[in-house]
Amino acid sequence: MSVPEQTVALLKDRLGDDILDVSTFRGDTTVTLEPKAVVMACKLLRDDPELSYDFLALLTAVDYWPAEPRFAVVYRLYSTTQNQFFGLRVPLPGQEPVVPTIESVFKNANWHEREVYDMFGIQFEGHSDMRRILMPADWEGHPLRKDYPLGYEEVQFTFNFDEIDRKKPYAKE
Amino acid sequence: MMTDNTKDEHLVSETGNEVIPEELKHLVSERAFTGETMLLNMGPQHPSTHGVLRLLLELDGEEIVNCIPDIGFLHTGIEKNMEAKTYEKALVMTDRMDYLNNMGNNLTYCLAIEKLVGLDVPERAQAIRVIGVELQRINSHLVWLGTHALDLAAQSVFLYTFRERELILDMFEILSGARMMGSYIRPGGVWRDLPDEFEPALRSFLDGFPTRLDQYGALLTKNPIWLDRTRGISRMTTEEALQEGLSGPLLRATGMAFDLRKAQPYSGYDKYEFEIPTESTGDVYDRYQVRMREMRESLRIIEQAMDRLPGGLFRSDNRKFVPPPRAELGHSMEAVIHHFKLWTEGFRAPSGEVYVATESPRGILGCYLVGDGSPHPYRVHFRTSSFAGLQALPTMTKGHLVSDVVAIISSVDPVLGDSDR
Repeated sequence: MSVPEQTVALLKDRLGDDILDVSTFRGDTTVTLEPKAVVMACKLLRDDPELSYDFLALLTAVDYWPAEPRFAVVYRLYSTTQNQFFGLRVPLPGQEPVVPTIESVFKNANWHEREVYDMFGIQFEGHSDMRRILMPADWEGHPLRKDYPLGYEEVQFTFNFDEIDRKKPYAKE
Repeated sequence: MMTDNTKDEHLVSETGNEVIPEELKHLVSERAFTGETMLLNMGPQHPSTHGVLRLLLELDGEEIVNCIPDIGFLHTGIEKNMEAKTYEKALVMTDRMDYLNNMGNNLTYCLAIEKLVGLDVPERAQAIRVIGVELQRINSHLVWLGTHALDLAAQSVFLYTFRERELILDMFEILSGARMMGSYIRPGGVWRDLPDEFEPALRSFLDGFPTRLDQYGALLTKNPIWLDRTRGISRMTTEEALQEGLSGPLLRATGMAFDLRKAQPYSGYDKYEFEIPTESTGDVYDRYQVRMREMRESLRIIEQAMDRLPGGLFRSDNRKFVPPPRAELGHSMEAVIHHFKLWTEGFRAPSGEVYVATESPRGILGCYLVGDGSPHPYRVHFRTSSFAGLQALPTMTKGHLVSDVVAIISSVDPVLGDSDR
């Protein structure tokens, strides 16, 4: 049995119904989980003596707006002993997306989860320091959401010069 | 009337104690509230923070009680911008993330695209990529060495390393026309074949550089001031480093021989002979030693790749993904169509997600790429080692002196463009 198969078997054995899907794309295996099971899954994979996924290599999110479930939080763990990457995936609803933090299992999840919160507005339950990290503290909105515009300045032509000029945020006094 | 300018009303309350911002209260120790420890702001405009990094230091005398890094000053929305471009046009954004590892970023992104669409890369292109990326590693380590020494007040090293770096930048100019932001590595291969001037320039660099490395070593390795300021600073075990998500030279300095070029070889790295330098204590001095030896290993790789450079194509001839060369447009209607389609609409990638990790000069550089069947990347995320390194600063600096903070930051070798993206 290959290492990814072994990993899937371990997760299926211990988490049962919390596993929603197992997929393989271009040789990478990803397990889709219920949000509540993610801490348990990470702990199982890290503490398994044989597999020992001891390195959190990626934690980010994808926005599938307007589809539901809208978000997916994506994890990639790496096992230094087995030399293997393994993917976890947690689908989240568009309304109040919340997922438990895995800070207790992988310490470096702290900043990655802050970045996901900053960019997508996904809350991490139990996180020790849920602040924005890249955007200014008073920023409104979450830039990497698909319904957040990329932001262009409208071009002023002679026919609409005044109209666009009125909308421009000039510094006051 | 005299005004009291010594007290800034924004930072000092009526009782005279420092006002700690509400959102930071859980990050400082209790002694900060009574005024027993002092909060000191460092950066974002500070010459020793390697860019726009801000640290809030809680000090007990000279000793660091807490360190709160604040990043994001160089956030440029690269991931968002890439979503609005085609796969190939988004490539130029990757150069601008980690501006000391332009080719490595190109490579990681291209490997992700190639994995997503299933595109093969000719052997010659792979060898050229390896030469470029290893030159980039030396270039990055030279900038690190120069600024690291400069931060610890050894100014001459900075001038020497930048002299050698100039030779590498000249070679990049020969390759791509640009000294830094070359976008030389493209999906399916590289932008153009090695020009005739490249090999003589590379050979003369390979001949001269080992002596230069000896000279840097002679200036620093046994220098008593250097030893005093770097040895025993910020020691780390392998377990701590893995928990902090550290990789690359920082992890290797703790004694773990982990290198993705060996563990999961890409671009034909398995064909070259090289060692993974490791040390044992993981302190600032060991990180220095690891990087110095890595430069020699990179030289070995480049020499082997250049000696055994295979012939053949420098870029895949799969016209569904790679635009035809200019010369073909004159006599082939099909080439004109491919050219037009690829530069206007771009190629489409299947729905799916891939993660590719490479060994950058700073450690693991991961690219997470999601395709949705359109010609635009649906989502791109870069997992960068500067981000991981800066996150570990609180652990690394705790208990050390203010003057050591500078040594620790530069031993992490952060690039803020890399961490903030």
